[in-house]
Amino acid sequence: MNVRASLRVEDVHKRFGNLEVLAGVDLAVDDHEVVCLIGASGSGKSTLLRCIDLLEPVDSGRIVIEGADVTAAGVDQNAVRRKIGIVFQSFNLFPHMSVRRNVTLAPRKVLRMGEADATERADDLLGRFGLADKADEFPDRLSGGQQQRVAIVRALAMQPDLLLLDEVTSALDPVLVAEVLDAVRELAQQGMTMVIATHEMGFARDVASRVAFLHAGRILEEGPPERIFSEPSHEETRTFLDRIIAAGRM
Amino acid sequence: MSTGSGPGPDVYFQGTPGVDPRAPGPHGDRSSRILFGGRGGRSGWVALSSTIAFFGVLTIVIVNSPGWSAEGGVRDQFFDGEVFSGSIWEIAEGFLVNVLIFLIAEVLILVLALVLSVMRSLPGPLFAPLRILATGYSIVFRAVPTILIIFLLGYGMPALELRGLPSGPNADIFWAIVALTLVYSAYVAEVYRAGIESVHPSQGAAARSLGLGRGQALRYVVLPQAVRRVIPPLLNDFIGLQKDSALVALLGVSEALRHAQIEQATYFNFTPYMALALVYLVFTFPQVLLVDWLIRRDQRRRQAGGTA
Repeated sequence: MNVRASLRVEDVHKRFGNLEVLAGVDLAVDDHEVVCLIGASGSGKSTLLRCIDLLEPVDSGRIVIEGADVTAAGVDQNAVRRKIGIVFQSFNLFPHMSVRRNVTLAPRKVLRMGEADATERADDLLGRFGLADKADEFPDRLSGGQQQRVAIVRALAMQPDLLLLDEVTSALDPVLVAEVLDAVRELAQQGMTMVIATHEMGFARDVASRVAFLHAGRILEEGPPERIFSEPSHEETRTFLDRIIAAGRM
Repeated sequence: MSTGSGPGPDVYFQGTPGVDPRAPGPHGDRSSRILFGGRGGRSGWVALSSTIAFFGVLTIVIVNSPGWSAEGGVRDQFFDGEVFSGSIWEIAEGFLVNVLIFLIAEVLILVLALVLSVMRSLPGPLFAPLRILATGYSIVFRAVPTILIIFLLGYGMPALELRGLPSGPNADIFWAIVALTLVYSAYVAEVYRAGIESVHPSQGAAARSLGLGRGQALRYVVLPQAVRRVIPPLLNDFIGLQKDSALVALLGVSEALRHAQIEQATYFNFTPYMALALVYLVFTFPQVLLVDWLIRRDQRRRQAGGTA
């Protein structure tokens, strides 16, 4: 196991009632690495990301970030979340705030940044993601792709060390998927450490330094995308990829 | 906060099914549509003429009925012009006391109810006592008749002769305000709570994921959305409160109903009661219209489109 990795997930178990969603997940992510989680719906991808962001408590196992066990008792969870960004499938923008307010809320209230500094940071990020003219709009006036890019900007405004993306294109019209994936690609090129749950295999092959295949709450195999996609060693991985190809998603 | 035309900022469609913050308040749904649903043009004229004809005939029938104009009939007893003009100012003056009572109560209710609803939504085993306290409060004060609380406090508390509390006629007004605040906070807390629960949990999760604490998430993300959604039922409860402010007459507070009673006894005529009814109607009607308008506006926005 890679001891110096910035994120280590060690034997994490999580069940909801009788359903064991995570059945002992081990995963290590280095700085500047992009790890794509693939696997069927219900394989535990989203739950794993929510556990890493401490939005769900783990039943057993540890999550270690920069050498510190964040699942230990007495950890300041807010401080941990501050350093981890997450973008959700359903955007979850705050509907009662303008785009700019959405982005500046956490820097102002959590990092105690001044109004002017927070706004400058927000406008800069919005500009980089092609949203400069949307700063004063409210979320319901934006397209799904724009909303999702705002959600990415909102997470980036906290300058996270680690960004988690939970099927960020699954709720989008096909024509809007590209603009969001391009934004993520750009982040990868800039060296952002990311864990990405996705069904977009072409994108995963493109952007991932490593691909991990989740099956029934476990990481069945992981490796460089070329190997996972062309010569998977597990029967389940092959079956999953065959289905994806049959569905025309690759 | 508004973006001008079209669906504005406060359009949220992530409400939890089954939780309707617009559920009827303590006195049922007072927000029925009053105005006709006509769209102008021909149907508008039909609606107008049929309405005039209907109410015209109704008026003729009532006015010509034997009990209306006979000596000591309805007109003399309830609609005496002289009695009306002789009593209306006295009654209106008394109504200022009602206004004072319910305005102070409304401010206190907004605060107390918010505290109660937040107490009730606190998570974890540590806060169990607070949750039980808030829940018990809501059960007790919705179960016990308002008039009983008013009597208990209005007659009971002064009997204790506690120092530092108002005495004399002011004591009646003070305890009336306290009683109405206690009772209506239980209802308004439920309204707030329905609003809080109607905000999708993903909103809280999004706020927490950015590093906001539980209190910050509640304050900046959940409550602003919740409060906006519950404004119509909140106003409904306040209209009910304004009407119930007449109950404090039974403590002997010199307010509108008490004045009307005195005028009624002076003239030996029921017109002062009708005058008071008119005062309430004039005061409450615009609020009812406002509530209806807010609800219709929300419905239009809901239909105008939604976010995921």
